Amino acid sequence: MISRFKQTWAFVYRDYQLTRRYWSWVVVFTVYAVVSGASVALIGVASNDRKLTLTLTIGVLFWSVLSVLFNEIAMSIAFERWEGTLEYTFMAPVSRLIHLTGVSLYAAAYSTLRAIAVLGGLFLFLDLDFTGANLFGLLIVLVVSSLAFVGLGLIAAILPVMSPERGAEATNIFQSILLLVSGVYYPISVLPKWVQPFAALSPATYALNASRKLLGVETMTPDGKLIGQPLASVQSELVTLAALGLLLVPLGLWVFGMAERWAKRTGKLKRTG
Amino acid sequence: MSCLAIRVSQVKKVFRKRTGWWRGQSTEEWALKGVSFHLKQGEAYGLLGPNGSGKSTLIRVLSTLLVPDGGEVEVLGYKLPEQEAQVRERIGRVSVDAAFYKKLSARENLLYSAFLYGFDKAEAEKRAREILGRLGFPLRRFSDPLEEASRGMQQKVAIARALLLQPPLLLLDEPTTGLDPKSKREVQEFIEELRRESGTTILLTTHDMFEAERLCDRIGMLAHGSLVAEGSAEDLVRLAGGGTLEDAFIKLSGEKLTGEEEATAEGA
Repeated sequence: MISRFKQTWAFVYRDYQLTRRYWSWVVVFTVYAVVSGASVALIGVASNDRKLTLTLTIGVLFWSVLSVLFNEIAMSIAFERWEGTLEYTFMAPVSRLIHLTGVSLYAAAYSTLRAIAVLGGLFLFLDLDFTGANLFGLLIVLVVSSLAFVGLGLIAAILPVMSPERGAEATNIFQSILLLVSGVYYPISVLPKWVQPFAALSPATYALNASRKLLGVETMTPDGKLIGQPLASVQSELVTLAALGLLLVPLGLWVFGMAERWAKRTGKLKRTG
Repeated sequence: MSCLAIRVSQVKKVFRKRTGWWRGQSTEEWALKGVSFHLKQGEAYGLLGPNGSGKSTLIRVLSTLLVPDGGEVEVLGYKLPEQEAQVRERIGRVSVDAAFYKKLSARENLLYSAFLYGFDKAEAEKRAREILGRLGFPLRRFSDPLEEASRGMQQKVAIARALLLQPPLLLLDEPTTGLDPKSKREVQEFIEELRRESGTTILLTTHDMFEAERLCDRIGMLAHGSLVAEGSAEDLVRLAGGGTLEDAFIKLSGEKLTGEEEATAEGA
């Protein structure tokens, strides 16, 4: 048990040290996230529409957490290919469950800190007031939806295992499709009819629906006061998110195991891409 | 438990490559064509062969990174790929390319490896410093990013990573390629010391005939995925009709290569 804890810690330790050593890039990405987030949210300010501003802000914040969480997990294998360490990780006596749990734990902590930094940055550009919002409920939604995004990240992480040349590119396309179909900045109804069914497959759709209800965007008073809905009002979204998490995490581990065995048969682990 | 550290029997590995993205043709390249050999525990065995002869493929099979397409592989009494978890706990590998997180220091890379194998931080750091010191790594550079270290220093860290785990079997895939003569000698001396003190079994691939002669009890020569000769350095020289081990290598692998190509051509 202690040995497994140390093995899990190995991935947290490694990723923390890499973040520390690449600190200037972390600053660049965070500043970029703040500026692009503020640029999106300011569209609501320009329209003099508080409801739109908050809709966009919650989209920026949730996407900030979930996309980074997804990206850190999905790209963990691609990073190892670039560094040339993939074979050493795969020949260590560590189960894939422990490996991916370690990667996911660090990704969760990193994405949360990044989102807090983005929120802090948004306060510099926007007059944000969350009085009346159900912030505890938002936290619950974030935690539950994180599980589903971990599962999606695990599934996407197989792409760099299977294709040294194109895996990382495919992972980014996958992430951009999630952004498109999930209604991060707009209602699903504005998407073309043929795209709308895909929204139902994305955990972000449910997370954003729930978070906007809990924030009170839909039930705002005429003078702009937020009336955050109770957690019970988002029960169906929470159940769906939990079900997606419980389905996607084991599915992700299973397909990752399949991809690993395939890569070992075909010699795909060797090449660094 | 078998007293053999490695038993490889008729191992085959083929790589298939598809050309074109849609209904392209598939080409096959046989990396291993039925290789058989064994290593006793505590023995040092050298694998010599030209580039592309299958040495690294064989090391990857033994490292649990490749599943063979035929034949049987046993490492320290455990069958591969069925018992790969047990094998992974007992082997250390050094490859020709020092595969590290280059932004991280030797200390950070080694601690990461140590944690993966369930070691304590204090114990791992102490042992890492001890091994690196014996390998002639300047310890003042222990906490510097490895991207600032020379190839020789990086390779010493790679060797330390494998030894940190105190494995009974070491797979050394061209560990001294690209090292300066002094570093090369330090690594070779350390490998000798390791065998003397710990009785570690060593499988070494190298292009350096002197290194193979110095470090290995027996040598196998691979050419085009087949083991074409095996024995002590003296046996191989005698088999080749005298000269040096290099002469024997060129003669034995070259002659066999030509013969194989002809045989394949006739068969086709």
